[in-house]
Amino acid sequence: MFADAIATLLSRHCTPAVVRAIEAGASPRPLAAAIAEAGFHELLAPEAQGGAAAPWDEFFDVVRLCGARAVPLPLPQTLAARALVPPGQALPEGLLTFSPHLVRAADGALHAAHVPFARTADHVLGVLDDGIVLLPVAGARMQPSGVHRSLAASLQWPGAAAQVLAGADAALLGPLGALLHAGLLAGALERVFELTMAHANDRVQFGKPIGKFQAVQHQLAVMAEQVAMARTAAQRGFGRGHTLPSWAACAVAKARTSEAAQTIASIAHAVHGAMGITEEHDLQLHTRRLHEWRIAHGSESYWHRELGRRFLDSPLPLAADFARSLC
Amino acid sequence: MSALLDSLRIADLPPHAEAFRAEVKAFLAEHLPPLPPHVRARSWLAFDAEFSRRLAQRGWVGVTLPRRYGGAELDAFSRFVLVEELLAVGAPVGAHWIADRQSGPLILTFGSEAQKAHYLPRICRGEIFFGIGMSEPNAGSDLAAVGSRAERTENGWRLNGRKLWTTNGHECDYAIALVRTSGSAADRHAGLSQFIVDLRLPGVTVRPIVDLTGDAHFAEMFFDDVQLAEDALIGEEGQGWQQVTAELAFERSGPERIYSSIVLLDAWLAWLRAGGDAERHLETLGRFASQLATLRQMSIAVTARLAASESPVVEAALVKDIGTEFEQAIPAAVEAALGADPAQPVDDELLRTAAFVSHMAPTYSLRGGTREILRGMIARGLGLR
Repeated sequence: MFADAIATLLSRHCTPAVVRAIEAGASPRPLAAAIAEAGFHELLAPEAQGGAAAPWDEFFDVVRLCGARAVPLPLPQTLAARALVPPGQALPEGLLTFSPHLVRAADGALHAAHVPFARTADHVLGVLDDGIVLLPVAGARMQPSGVHRSLAASLQWPGAAAQVLAGADAALLGPLGALLHAGLLAGALERVFELTMAHANDRVQFGKPIGKFQAVQHQLAVMAEQVAMARTAAQRGFGRGHTLPSWAACAVAKARTSEAAQTIASIAHAVHGAMGITEEHDLQLHTRRLHEWRIAHGSESYWHRELGRRFLDSPLPLAADFARSLC
Repeated sequence: MSALLDSLRIADLPPHAEAFRAEVKAFLAEHLPPLPPHVRARSWLAFDAEFSRRLAQRGWVGVTLPRRYGGAELDAFSRFVLVEELLAVGAPVGAHWIADRQSGPLILTFGSEAQKAHYLPRICRGEIFFGIGMSEPNAGSDLAAVGSRAERTENGWRLNGRKLWTTNGHECDYAIALVRTSGSAADRHAGLSQFIVDLRLPGVTVRPIVDLTGDAHFAEMFFDDVQLAEDALIGEEGQGWQQVTAELAFERSGPERIYSSIVLLDAWLAWLRAGGDAERHLETLGRFASQLATLRQMSIAVTARLAASESPVVEAALVKDIGTEFEQAIPAAVEAALGADPAQPVDDELLRTAAFVSHMAPTYSLRGGTREILRGMIARGLGLR
């Protein structure tokens, strides 16, 4: 139900034209303000703190929607931060994003490489000395990666900028950042599949829609399988109720969605033909994200390796038992 | 989003099904024959009447059939758990497999009261075993092209023709055959009917087919003027195609479409744990674990549709196609890993297991509908056809 309300708001305020404009450097403020004023930042916050205490399965639908609409703001992170920090721990107003990797250099400066949504965020959460710290984007030196239209950037602060958030589970920040990207990927994968289906039904060659050709149908069937599998893993990762997701569920979700991202982007562009790589076609808004989000907070290579180590070290006697323990 | 993908709603195994898992594990700890991995890798191809009867004594053959016919009347979720646990250890379940999975449910759905009373209790006791009679030499993927034919006689039917690829047909007591009862192959889906054929009747010849592993899991059945009684017809005359479609939904929707290579994965894992070069293969292990965890969830989603008395034909095809891809990826990766370092020889048992699974893996995407047929069904489900 929250997803429906956010969908209505996004159709008005987050059109593909708005996404393109923000990527090109327009201010994200009007879009951010429209979402904040509707009160959506407190979706996961406890009711005692004025939140909606939404369950995680509903949160999944919201994140999936953000992925499908290519929302150029760290909305999933801003919402999830309310569940990550202990109740009573105040978070600043504005949009928050997660840093996949934060280190202190010899001179005391803090470096965060390739922070997703850094260009449209107000604050960054990162892990430093086994605790979660809050850093303002305003005080950082921002270095874009140079990837065309990417909203990610590397950030650097003098050491004094970090504010420690006591009591938050630092070990979960990375996996949670990965899970949020799994949710975004699930939405983007579905959107790319929709666009590809529509194109296959519209585009006529040899006197009939290309979707009538068996070779194309089989490609679309593979897409459907991959999208279904990625969505299952992501949805399972978010779980339901109000419990924070487990490490394993996050790992499976990010691994499955990341691996699907490559396959889906590849088939989508193959079916779209040259039209798909133009700036004008919306497909590029989504396939560029598939590639970026695949890497963010660890690609399938990272999560497979981590899962593989636990599989190897597991005391469970059977592969089936281990798989069942994951989600 | 497409209706097909939305219909694969995520579902949990209910608590009673999870509780049942402990019972199955306890049974297997006591009764699973102590077989090496290369034998257990045969799992639902392996015909072991003794093991099937032990399962039947426990009440676990024909598990979804009603109690009044001797069944355990378990729901689809409990059957999922039972099947999952049996496959996870490679139990030799081939003898009763087809009857439990599809022949029993087919007889229950389409059979007369007399047929149900005649066959179902014996299926549940593990006394009779069934084979599938679908493929023919000239009707593989194009199943509607079957040429076997049954003609009416004064007191029943006369059956002529030939069936192929019947799993363990030479060990079975009965096969349910899809044959033409009117018209010609040009009539396609019309004029087909299903018969329960007693494989010991005069005129029936069953010949095992030796395969590339040296086993003979499949069989060829010849029918020469076989006199069938009136009540050999199951369901309605001329409704064979609709019936066989329902039968295939049972055939495709189970967890055996993700577990075919699991014994090999466990054997390889045991070898890595015992000192193989595990570091090199962590990513592969993690990929298999994440795929298996997710495919299980998809299979449970299909099971939930079965439990709700729906017939998730296209959903089952989707999960089967992506499931067999996973099953085939395991032997492909293990084989590469076993030869990754010639200075580190592999033990023979693991090699035998890998070889058996690698050799049989091509059949995973043939049996129960080829990859191409399944993808065609998915395309139709997406509205492309």
